[in-house]
Amino acid sequence: MVKISRREGRAAQLIEHHDFQSLFDVLKAKKYRLIGPTVRDGSVVYDEVARVDDLPVGYSDEQEKGSYRLNKSDDHRLFGYGVGPHSWKKFLFPPAVRLWQARRDDGSFQIIPEDYHAEPLALIGVRACELNAIAIQDRVFLDGEYRDPIYAAQREKLFVLAVNCGQAGNTCFCASMHAGPRVTGQFDLAVTEVINGESHYFTVEVGSPRGEEVLSEVPHRPASGEEKALANQIITQTAASMKRSIDTRGIKQRLYASFEHPQWDDIAARCLACGNCTQVCPTCFCSTVEDVTDLSGNTADRWRKWDSCFTTDFSYIVGGSIRSSVKSRYRQWMTHKLATWIEQFGTSGCVGCGRCITWCPVGIDITEEIAALRAEKQPATAVEAAKEDVSYADV
Amino acid sequence: MLMSDAPSITAPTASDRISDPMLPSPYRVQRARWDTDDTFSLELVPLDSDDIPHFAPGQFNMVYVYGVGEIPISISGDPTRRDLLVHTTRAVGTVTRAMSKLRVEDMLAARGPYGTAWPVAEAHQKDIVIVAGGIGLAPLRPAMYHIMAHREQYGRVVLLYGARTPGDVLYRKQLEQWRAHFDLDVFVTVDRATGSWRGSVGLVTSLIGRAPFDPLNTVALVCGPEVMMRFTTMGLEKRGVDTKNIYVSLERNMKCAIRLCGHCQFGSTFVCKDGPVFRYSQVQSLLTKWEV
Repeated sequence: MVKISRREGRAAQLIEHHDFQSLFDVLKAKKYRLIGPTVRDGSVVYDEVARVDDLPVGYSDEQEKGSYRLNKSDDHRLFGYGVGPHSWKKFLFPPAVRLWQARRDDGSFQIIPEDYHAEPLALIGVRACELNAIAIQDRVFLDGEYRDPIYAAQREKLFVLAVNCGQAGNTCFCASMHAGPRVTGQFDLAVTEVINGESHYFTVEVGSPRGEEVLSEVPHRPASGEEKALANQIITQTAASMKRSIDTRGIKQRLYASFEHPQWDDIAARCLACGNCTQVCPTCFCSTVEDVTDLSGNTADRWRKWDSCFTTDFSYIVGGSIRSSVKSRYRQWMTHKLATWIEQFGTSGCVGCGRCITWCPVGIDITEEIAALRAEKQPATAVEAAKEDVSYADV
Repeated sequence: MLMSDAPSITAPTASDRISDPMLPSPYRVQRARWDTDDTFSLELVPLDSDDIPHFAPGQFNMVYVYGVGEIPISISGDPTRRDLLVHTTRAVGTVTRAMSKLRVEDMLAARGPYGTAWPVAEAHQKDIVIVAGGIGLAPLRPAMYHIMAHREQYGRVVLLYGARTPGDVLYRKQLEQWRAHFDLDVFVTVDRATGSWRGSVGLVTSLIGRAPFDPLNTVALVCGPEVMMRFTTMGLEKRGVDTKNIYVSLERNMKCAIRLCGHCQFGSTFVCKDGPVFRYSQVQSLLTKWEV
């Protein structure tokens, strides 16, 4: 995981539940478009929110392998659910974006660059795993020799209101990936929601001067020691109640050594190669390009779109697809996510958000599959492969 | 880390030339010709500047055909010539077929150059063995130009070239010219003889055994189909060439060429950035596996 140093800020502050709308109002007054969780089509998605009431107030979710269900309860919790199918990447790395246009005129053509307009966005309710996912995508899109100008422009215009998770979803395993549930940096403001008897409040941590400025315009007061302790306890409980985990010790070598492991065949027998896991993953960054011409043929637009390594087209070169089997495509996805990513970007590509488990239509669970790959009993072929693969790790 | 022991096969890049890395520059076709039945070359002149971007032998461009698409194609021209961009490719896919229909004065667009280069500077004072199969000669031609222009800096220079049939021999005139040089050893073979061919018949690997070079002081540059490169490396190893001194150029699906789209991943490498030219010892264990 990306290590983020904990910000030593001033003492924790507190916003009462009835003042939370004022936080929205201040951000709006500062010309931010507010994006946050909201209920649509039976799940929590990220979209524009104007008021606190637009959040999934009183909702909780039940997530399991291949299943997701929202339940409404009587409490007024604003953040009483886990992450849904959306992640914030759709705002920084849009699912479809026009890169440029070509206009034909009299045998020649002209290339017209696109103006990338990034509007100030305030992201409401960003979880620790998601902050880490953004930090990972920062490395992908900003740290290379070439920066993605679209990502870079939007990244600079974010206000991040983070939320410490008050409950662990059934498919969560962020604690084992060292990516949550406690928010540890890269935010402007971070809140923990506390309901204690009649009181309903948010303890607030300030993460930036911008956060400080916003908070100063919202009714707040210093949190008492007891209030802080309660908030702390909630996060600790969340971590403790997390059921799933991945053993990340030596995971890179383990996966390199497992290239011929029979478990891949087992997974391939179940995997539909639908690519859902890559679409819901907050770090998956693969894209393709498409050329779209108008009916006259005089304009040709070049679009960039999200792509998935689960398609056969993804690795196609003349003569055929490099990864024609489902087995090889699942292996590529998981090996990339948990192993080669470390070599490429100095961090795992997984934050343990559990989306790929929940949204897999056949319920393939990355934590179970890793455990199976790690299982003691391996057929001779895999042991042989492990020996041979020492050089792979050293590539 | 992955490329820590990599040779300095980095080369100039386009990053400081264009701000939006996905934006191509316009070119005009100055000359178009068929090299073989299915392979053609385009000579392109830049429209928005006097010179083409500086490139190193082995690097590639992303070439865009209006309304059709964009694909990676290695640069096959003379790296000392800044007025002309040369691409040789086979008409096998949607984009290359559309490219093959372009005529003189037509336009296309290109961006680059990208990727690693053949280690021509690092190979000074060494024998050079170039092994090419089919169209694999195209990305190696700039290395030949460079070596010929700096001939005194190298030991023996050997070019081994194999094509499927005599009709598939690429750059035939140029091969004949090179072969006329007293300081070059050029061997050409075909898999299948047709017509009046009375030259060598057999796989390019069969030429390795008799080629005149000192295996312990040799740098080998290899490009062709992956299976050909695997067998060529085996042949070179058998002669005593260390895999550290063998370089191969790989092909993978690419959409961006700037390490962002994810398509060209090969193990932990990105072929667009860490390749296309790799030291064979770096990719050997990957190349001997299927569906990596």
